[in-house]
Amino acid sequence: MGIDRRGFLKVSGLTVLGIASGKASETFASSDSHGHTSDGTTKRYAMVIDLQLCKEQEGCTDCVNACHHVHNVPEFDNRKDEVKWIWKDSFHHAFHEQEHHYLDKDIVNHPVLLLCNHCDNPPCVQVCPTKATFKRESDGIVMMDWHRCIGCRYCVVACPYGSRSFNWRDPRPHIEEVVDDFPTRTRGVVEKCTFCEERIFEGRPPACVEACKHGAMAFGDLEDPESRVRELLRDRFSIRRKPALGTEPEVYYLV
Amino acid sequence: MYDAGKVIIGIIVFLVIASFPIWYAVAGGKSADIPELEKAAKGDNCVMETEEMRAAHMDLLNDWRKLVVRDGLRYYTAFDGEKVEMSMTKTCLGCHPNKDAFCDRCHNYMAVNPYCWDCHVNPKEFE
Ligand code: SF4
Ligand code: SF4
Repeated sequence: MGIDRRGFLKVSGLTVLGIASGKASETFASSDSHGHTSDGTTKRYAMVIDLQLCKEQEGCTDCVNACHHVHNVPEFDNRKDEVKWIWKDSFHHAFHEQEHHYLDKDIVNHPVLLLCNHCDNPPCVQVCPTKATFKRESDGIVMMDWHRCIGCRYCVVACPYGSRSFNWRDPRPHIEEVVDDFPTRTRGVVEKCTFCEERIFEGRPPACVEACKHGAMAFGDLEDPESRVRELLRDRFSIRRKPALGTEPEVYYLV
Repeated sequence: MYDAGKVIIGIIVFLVIASFPIWYAVAGGKSADIPELEKAAKGDNCVMETEEMRAAHMDLLNDWRKLVVRDGLRYYTAFDGEKVEMSMTKTCLGCHPNKDAFCDRCHNYMAVNPYCWDCHVNPKEFE
């Protein structure tokens, strides 16, 4: 007495469902909402920027100045050659998908602070042919190894946030005051924000966060529920840039 | 064979002239102008034995580069057990502050032209 066709389909269907749900529950059990797993030793650094506090300081560029100074970021006199790690742009450019007519005009008309989002799923890393751009598993920082960059600019094209700059010209003559414990870059190399990993290792906050006297920026470990960034994200409503792209940016904006 | 003597003498004269730099240095007891390197400004020894350092400092720097940039590690245990930061500007230049009297002198002699200094900053240059 064999199994008929209908019976076979029923059994095999249930089996497939069973395997799939088993897999799914395993996956969800070991990972958080970002889908990345944590064994408690790895960190996930993130930044939170308070747009309300920032907009109250019209024209303030303390964070930008501090970052660009300690990292020997050159200043060119034309937009074409511009190199930037952290900069300001209009709300419209930063959050064009999240706009509607009735947003608080105060926020919409004020520039937004932008930097590399240290995405959890960074397209720049996927396209880099030399692995000069990579994501550090221990802390989630999207790093650049300038020694390896061949200047192909795939990453510049892949980054949906315009966070990368290419050195069209030798930057050194355009650095106002060279800081000697950080390297400069050379012509033909791409660069961007590194979340100040050289300072984090010394237990110091990123230069921009330290420079902001108004407390509009916070930095910390998302894996730690007690961290300042987690606290802010719990208490306030936050948005991220281009969330629909699935890059999982780790710079959050409080509105 | 015609003029064998003259040909052989010619060959000998040619060899003597071509090898002049070699036997001149040998006769002089030293190869010409081995560079004098400036002694370290502080500390009795480097992070590896001097001989080893002379031969393999470029490999060491390459390893440091990888450990710092890619693995996020910062400290290196020297052969005498001392912990040093893996930083060319802080650690190497800390003991050998004059790039021109140390790095450059040897590199010029060996005719190697590493591009470390295209990015890494020699503080003396900006004083
Ligand atoms: S913001 Fe751009 S450069 Fe930064 S990690 Fe994301 S894709 Fe890469
Ligand atoms: S420009 Fe450099 S970092 Fe960007 S993709 Fe090419 S090699 Fe990688």
